[in-house]
Amino acid sequence: MAGKKDISIIIFPGSNCDRDLMVAINKCMGVMPKLVWHKTYHIKKTDMIFLPGGFSFGDYLRAGTIATKSPATKEIIRLSKKGVPIIGICNGFQILTECKLLDGALIKNFGQLFKCKETFLKVVNNKNKFLKNLNLNSILNFPIAHSQGNFHIDESGLKKLEDNNQIVFKYSSKLGKVDEFNNPNGSVKNIAGIINKEKNVLGLMPHPERAVEKNTSKDGIDFFKSIREII
Amino acid sequence: MKKEVITSQLIKNHGLSDEEFSLIIKILNRKPNLLELGIFSVMWSEHCSYKSTKKWLKTLPTKGERVICGPGENAGIIDIGNNDAIVFKMESHNHPSFIEPYQGAATGVGGIMRDVFTMGARPIANLNSLRFGDPSNPKTKNLLRGVVKGIGDYGNCVGIPTVGGECFFNKSYNKNILVNAMCVGLVNKKKIFYSIAKGIGNPIIYVGSKTGRDGIHGATMASAEFDTNSSNQRPQVQVGDPFIEKLLLESCLELMKNDSIIAIQDMGAAGLTSSSFEMASKGNCGVKLFLDKVPCREKNMIPYEIMLSETQERMLMIIKPDRKKQTFDIFKKWGLDAVEIGKITDTGQMELFFNNKQVACLPIKPLADSAPEYDRPSLKRKKKSPKIKIKLYPNPKESLIKILSSPNHSSKEWIYRQFDSSVMCDTIHSSEESDAAVIRIHNTNKAIGITCDCNPIFCKSDPKLGAEISVAESWRNLIASGANPIAITDNLNFGNPEKKEVMYEIKEAIKGIKNACTKLNYPVVSGNVSLYNETNSNSILPTPVIGGVGLIEKISYVKSLKMKKGAKVFVIGKTSGHLELSIFYQINNLMHGSPPKINFKNEIKNGNFLKKLIRQTKIIIGCHDVSEGGICLAISELCIRSKMGVEIKIPEKYNNPVKWLFGEDQSRYIVIVDDEKQLKKIAKKDNIIVEEIGEVKGNSLNFKNLFQISLDEIIKMNSSWFYNYLKK
Repeated sequence: MAGKKDISIIIFPGSNCDRDLMVAINKCMGVMPKLVWHKTYHIKKTDMIFLPGGFSFGDYLRAGTIATKSPATKEIIRLSKKGVPIIGICNGFQILTECKLLDGALIKNFGQLFKCKETFLKVVNNKNKFLKNLNLNSILNFPIAHSQGNFHIDESGLKKLEDNNQIVFKYSSKLGKVDEFNNPNGSVKNIAGIINKEKNVLGLMPHPERAVEKNTSKDGIDFFKSIREII
Repeated sequence: MKKEVITSQLIKNHGLSDEEFSLIIKILNRKPNLLELGIFSVMWSEHCSYKSTKKWLKTLPTKGERVICGPGENAGIIDIGNNDAIVFKMESHNHPSFIEPYQGAATGVGGIMRDVFTMGARPIANLNSLRFGDPSNPKTKNLLRGVVKGIGDYGNCVGIPTVGGECFFNKSYNKNILVNAMCVGLVNKKKIFYSIAKGIGNPIIYVGSKTGRDGIHGATMASAEFDTNSSNQRPQVQVGDPFIEKLLLESCLELMKNDSIIAIQDMGAAGLTSSSFEMASKGNCGVKLFLDKVPCREKNMIPYEIMLSETQERMLMIIKPDRKKQTFDIFKKWGLDAVEIGKITDTGQMELFFNNKQVACLPIKPLADSAPEYDRPSLKRKKKSPKIKIKLYPNPKESLIKILSSPNHSSKEWIYRQFDSSVMCDTIHSSEESDAAVIRIHNTNKAIGITCDCNPIFCKSDPKLGAEISVAESWRNLIASGANPIAITDNLNFGNPEKKEVMYEIKEAIKGIKNACTKLNYPVVSGNVSLYNETNSNSILPTPVIGGVGLIEKISYVKSLKMKKGAKVFVIGKTSGHLELSIFYQINNLMHGSPPKINFKNEIKNGNFLKKLIRQTKIIIGCHDVSEGGICLAISELCIRSKMGVEIKIPEKYNNPVKWLFGEDQSRYIVIVDDEKQLKKIAKKDNIIVEEIGEVKGNSLNFKNLFQISLDEIIKMNSSWFYNYLKK
């Protein structure tokens, strides 16, 4: 099972959650991930790819835009077509929308400010391989830390996401109430995480890798254990 | 280069006195050219030379069994066992932040982080200590917005958690805000890098951003008073690029894994000039720099601009000659400019060349050693406030409501939400959860506590006592978070030292720090001085900020503002009810008298008692030091953080409940205790004053027979000020 599998984390020069992700994957999935520099032109065999949080190239324009020009991003696009599971967290999610592997866009938070806080995520759909081991409507406590996490999509795009069961996480209260009081950044329909139509690419703004330690929420462990089952 | 005539106006513009100029002629045995004058001016500026304070700073205690490196290097270093060492320092960016709050604050954070990673450490936490003018002052709101965003954007992008700090408003800062940034890093004790240049012929490498025309004479600006035209100094403020800082951080740490670097220093205040001078001066050698090799951002930059630019995110390093390729390869990987711009020589001179012509030649040792050191005259300010006899004490409930919803004691949530506090996954407590921020040492079972503290109101009334109390408060905050206090960094913010009254404040505050640190065995390992914080002769309150660091040997010792239903509430330490200069009096516009006295014997006794309880028993559920606002505010804060109520009964022997509630007597803690019998037993044995005052219970803050406020109400009144203020 997991022990022999190969997990890659793509490192952009401004990634800053790569170590945290490496520690969490190693701890919860039992695999020491490979760190792949963004200038890598050919990613050989890999069973799963993570794009970590951070500020890939400073993100002074739109977050994640410049990262789409990296050779490794082109490889990610190629591998995604082959069905390799790809997960983008925070800046990783932003990059996945910028390179069109995921729909929608992540714009400035409502209120324009960076926001760091605990949030609760409701699993609104588990009919996909990433989350099939998590209970529907279960609540996960992960922190957010971003200034461009406001998920935006037009109405027809939203309908497509809904029809195809692509919305997987919504911001909610601790007890699972999804409403404007529990929407930290202004995201359409409280959307915190989505998958692609083919269901092998996942993006989410909150940080599961910051929820696996004694001093934090431990819900990230459930998340990583769930995706471990894929490979 | 065109020959410039050095006029007396030019000398004055460079912030040099006539005596200092005569000294320059004596050292050189000739008149300096403009470039040389510029170099002298920054090296001898207050900011770089500490000329007004050096004499007094030398008296501070800087040694201790855990001190690896004291003041004089880029930052101080302490030993926390198992080859782990903590590198830390605090630095001000006051003047630039007033002129351009966003960039000023951002580059302050960038500068202090470079000081830490220059020594081989990975930064693990940032803190900040902020002082703004009166909230009703029209400039305050935008300054607050800009500074907080600047700090957040910089630290967030680099990926270092910002975990704590303080924010205080007072009209004395209306035209001189204070932005003090503290950075803490972790290094392997055996892999520390210093800034002592060595090895004749070794290459000097420039790394990082290209040099631009920004920040020329920033150090000189920070060494003079503001006047009404200060906004004209905007070009002297640097512009920060946290992405480049991140590249610089990762590439330097990658290079430091092998032994290529001999010496390294960041180009901070006074840029290339001070970094090259300081490294050569420490190593007793000379340097030759070829300024045309310096990567420049703008066209036709002249040596004067190149030497004095304060462009951010740059490093200067001396490496082993056979490691050049390896070094350049690493920086190339990270996409940074790295160029050999000179060599170490044995001449003891700084020789600067531009397009094959020598443009300056200065003796390094004499320039550094004869930097002026002043014993400026000082004079005690006459106290204006006479003693007032209070006949009718203000209402305690109304006063508490006013305090909890005041700018200085409201929740700082609006600020700390803008800071990424959870990146790196080692933050155990940040901001308002505990008296000190608590950061785990990665992959270990130990942690450190970090805090910044200062009480400028006490310092204004009695600078020595005020500074002592600030040191003691940081010590108490560390103990209450579960730490064993080890050492401090200090950031001394004052007005114009050429004024006798200000100089008195400086000298007395340093005396206070010296006394407190000596008594508490709590040495000063690094620091920064920021003077001339005044505008049109109005000086700020004396603000010596203390940044304390302590070790928590086991994670299980970590404490916070936690409560548990049914647990008992105790006060450790003696309460006598000192109300003069307290928050209670301030909020009721009664400003008179002196700060409370501090007895270091009791301070140590009470602190050690709590340390012992935390380490040897399991009875302490939560704790909080008693400082501003006294017992009443301390208990309110415990209720707010833990979202639980208390029922407090004021011990009968106190006939004046107001004094008991709001008195700011020193050396006290509130503890929430599981087993009151055990606590009383140990206290009796150790001869410590403890008083049982109540129980965690119900949904309100209930001072029996006096007043009661519901939990929801106090949480609401405490959380709204910032949001309301910044809404408009």
